[in-house]
Amino acid sequence: MTFVNWLKRHLVVIAGLLTLAYLLLPNVVVTVFSFNKPKGRFNYEWQEFSTAAWQDPCGVAGLCGSLSLSLQIAFWATLGATLLGTMIAFALVRYRFRARGAVNSLIFLPMAMPEVVMAASLLTLFLNMGAQLGFWTILIAHIMFCLSFVVTAVKARVMSMDPRLEQAAQDLYAGPVQTFLRVTLPIAAPGIAAGALLAFALSFDDFIITNFNAGSTVTFPMFVWGSAQRGTPVQINVIGTAMFVVAVLFVLASMVISNRRTKQKA
Amino acid sequence: MSTLTEAPPPLTPTAPEKKPPRKRGRLVPYWLLLPGILWLLVFFALPMIYQASTSVQTGSLEEGYKVTWHFATYWDALSEYYPQFLRSVLYAGSATILCLILGYPLAYLIAFRAGRWKNLIMILVIAPFFTSFLIRTLAWKTILADGGPVVGALNTLHVLDVTSWLGMTSGDRVLATPLAVVCGLTYNFLPFMVLPLYTSLERIDGRLHEAAGDLYAKPITTFRKVTFPLSMPGVVSGTLLTFIPAAGDYVNADLLGSTDTRMVGNVIQTQFLRILDYPTAAALSFILMAAILVMVTVYIRKSGTEDLV
Amino acid sequence: MITVTTNKTDHGGDIRLSGIAKTYGSFTAVHPLDLTVPQGSFFALLGASGCGKTTTLRMIAGLEEPSAGTVHLGDQDVTALPPYKRPVNTVFQSYALFPHLDIFENVAFGLRRRGIKSVKKQVGDMLDLVQLGEQARKKPHQLSGGQQQRVAVARALINHPKVLLLDEPLGALDLKLRRQMQLELKRIQTEVGITFVHVTHDQEEAMTMADTVAVMNAGRVEQLGSPTDLYENPRTTFVANFLGTSNFIEAEVDSKSGDDIVLKAGGGKLVLPEARCGAATTPGGKVLVGVRPEKISLTHADDAGEIPEGRNRINGKITNGSFIGVCTQYVVDSAVCPDFEVYVQNVDRDTRLVPGADVVLHWSPAHTFGLDAAQDIDAGVEEGAAA
Repeated sequence: MTFVNWLKRHLVVIAGLLTLAYLLLPNVVVTVFSFNKPKGRFNYEWQEFSTAAWQDPCGVAGLCGSLSLSLQIAFWATLGATLLGTMIAFALVRYRFRARGAVNSLIFLPMAMPEVVMAASLLTLFLNMGAQLGFWTILIAHIMFCLSFVVTAVKARVMSMDPRLEQAAQDLYAGPVQTFLRVTLPIAAPGIAAGALLAFALSFDDFIITNFNAGSTVTFPMFVWGSAQRGTPVQINVIGTAMFVVAVLFVLASMVISNRRTKQKA
Repeated sequence: MSTLTEAPPPLTPTAPEKKPPRKRGRLVPYWLLLPGILWLLVFFALPMIYQASTSVQTGSLEEGYKVTWHFATYWDALSEYYPQFLRSVLYAGSATILCLILGYPLAYLIAFRAGRWKNLIMILVIAPFFTSFLIRTLAWKTILADGGPVVGALNTLHVLDVTSWLGMTSGDRVLATPLAVVCGLTYNFLPFMVLPLYTSLERIDGRLHEAAGDLYAKPITTFRKVTFPLSMPGVVSGTLLTFIPAAGDYVNADLLGSTDTRMVGNVIQTQFLRILDYPTAAALSFILMAAILVMVTVYIRKSGTEDLV
Repeated sequence: MITVTTNKTDHGGDIRLSGIAKTYGSFTAVHPLDLTVPQGSFFALLGASGCGKTTTLRMIAGLEEPSAGTVHLGDQDVTALPPYKRPVNTVFQSYALFPHLDIFENVAFGLRRRGIKSVKKQVGDMLDLVQLGEQARKKPHQLSGGQQQRVAVARALINHPKVLLLDEPLGALDLKLRRQMQLELKRIQTEVGITFVHVTHDQEEAMTMADTVAVMNAGRVEQLGSPTDLYENPRTTFVANFLGTSNFIEAEVDSKSGDDIVLKAGGGKLVLPEARCGAATTPGGKVLVGVRPEKISLTHADDAGEIPEGRNRINGKITNGSFIGVCTQYVVDSAVCPDFEVYVQNVDRDTRLVPGADVVLHWSPAHTFGLDAAQDIDAGVEEGAAA
């Protein structure tokens, strides 16, 4: 009976951990299969242990080129979307103006639209304008769909900010510009950083919109997609694993540092 | 004390400025909005108009397209591809429900039961994002491989008999069946369910649970009458963030499914990028957009939540 | 025009509000108000939440634009100046310390914005003054409430403002700390001699600290004066109830005898010095007679003969008595007032004074005040209790 009781009490925890396992299982598979030595062109069945792919991650033609292109696009898209999105967020929270409802809808709609719809309609625009598909069209598209997410993230932070802080700055002889630079911006920074991080992740991992608007340009997700049809090199598992590990380490390191900093000051 | 009793401050504004009331830059918000809103208008709203126009054009690639108000394209597209539309709604709907069932305990665990593991579990939920979702989706090919341990276990437990009977699988296979597609969709959009759920659960004051318990509610009643209603904003935004992208997805259907599991996204993609039948593709895309907007609006009205994400 | 007289000669720190008002749409937060706060005084704006006291303060700070009227500091019209150009600093409610800056930088903020380069000495001295020299490199969230409060004061005072505005500065502190900080703020004000304008809903706080208190209600100043004056001679039932507790008896003017007015109430007679009556006293007119609970003596009916002549007397029956240490609070039912409150000091306790006992209430006519009967007896009761 005690076991049944224990089970009852921890049912939520067990179910939650099972879901977590479901979420992480593919990553485990990706990691394990980065050490595989497949027989054919596809890396779906376990054959034998090998570190060959780890020793030569760029050993497949076009792989590292596509990775670098994706990083570049993600960088510029993040920069553009964060800048434009932060400006919109401040306007929305801090000012009264006409057409607020329309602006809010315009921000909301891209998030409520299936990617394939945005992708297809953007392609019609580019075709009609006779635009050359490639780096620039991808960048334009990425800034467009990242923008709303940045606005949402920054808006949440700015809204939770105590307006008295800015009043206190004004009271202490800081003009509007000084107030913004010395108080508003530093306090809003975590929200802006969160928005930027989200934009980077969304842009880097985007496939559907890129697939429509890339022309013959190959980003990293496009490379993976192509290899799913032609044959999957072990190297994409290596890259996937490496990014996962780097991301986790990065987050853990930043947590340790911020922990240590609070402890030192206390 | 010396610092305080020193001479009066150097700050004394010169000549009294005249009223009228200070103007605090009434144009500032418009300048802040201009670039971003312009971007969205040109690259989000305008394309929608182009697409609407394309959908009523006729012609061919060689001779060019003209607007002929050929609304029959819509009818043709619908009558030819309604199975794909239905499948999209069915698969995305199933995936959304599964996400809710699987995601709720995890969100609850992070919000109330994780203690000092909270941050770590949060990281583990988000970290997979950094491995391209295409790579992770491909991993399901391995997990669900014919004759693999998962399929073997499902077979032994006679789960596959049930799913076969439901038409979700066929024979001993999971890969290339609707079940695989739904499983992939569920997996891919699960974090979009967990995160909003967690956010709204975390806002709930833990003392409410104690108060409910104090007022003779059993744990399950507490959940039904207190926790779940209070987490409704998270449920609404989670289901929307799952359903909308799932309905338009074609990656899972392509990688994990077969020609019998094609969803509307697959059709749009093929029409646009391979067959180059732009009017049909535009019409399909427009129908999908309209359908989703209608569903979302009705759903938001019904659930009475305004703030989404 | 309400003016507080002062014998000081320097008027550079006077605050002069003329016809200042604030409306939000159809709601009037502050009705046109004239008010002069003399240089160097400790002035309190007292009232319940929503009475317009904070709005008034914010108009002085420049954080709120008045809908009408002007604000003068000394001889200078500052109405059109933005907050960062006014020689006025504020201690904000819940302090508004910059969370991303340490204590040192919080205090140095105003100096730096005015282009002062070497701030180290000044900030150090100021932190020592508020006993936070050790905490200079901590972030605000690492300090206790009392410490944060002192940082907020230091951050404002370091700029040598002409006027220091305090918006409920002690509201977030617990009772004991609040008492301590009240004395501390009073000490600082005496030392630096700057004009303090203090907004609070706590009547005790206002009375302990301020030289002059303005009681505000519904966007208007009800009464302005020294704490003693307000307490002893309230002009309205709102002030009488908001500051402490008052008992009211509805009475009718009977006659005049010398400087006193004789009133009829419930078959008995009451005497009220004419000077302490704020209402018209034509014979037959109605007057509200007020008396504070601690001014009243309680004598058992059996000893009624021992009460000296010339005191106002009322017969009643004790319905409730609660012992609270320094005194016992009785509620007495009488013909003129069903729940008369009486506070009796615990000097010689009369054991016969228990619920049900017949008693005589009596007090000196000099402690009686008279108010216009045409107002709500309970005005300010709720607000005072909430505060």
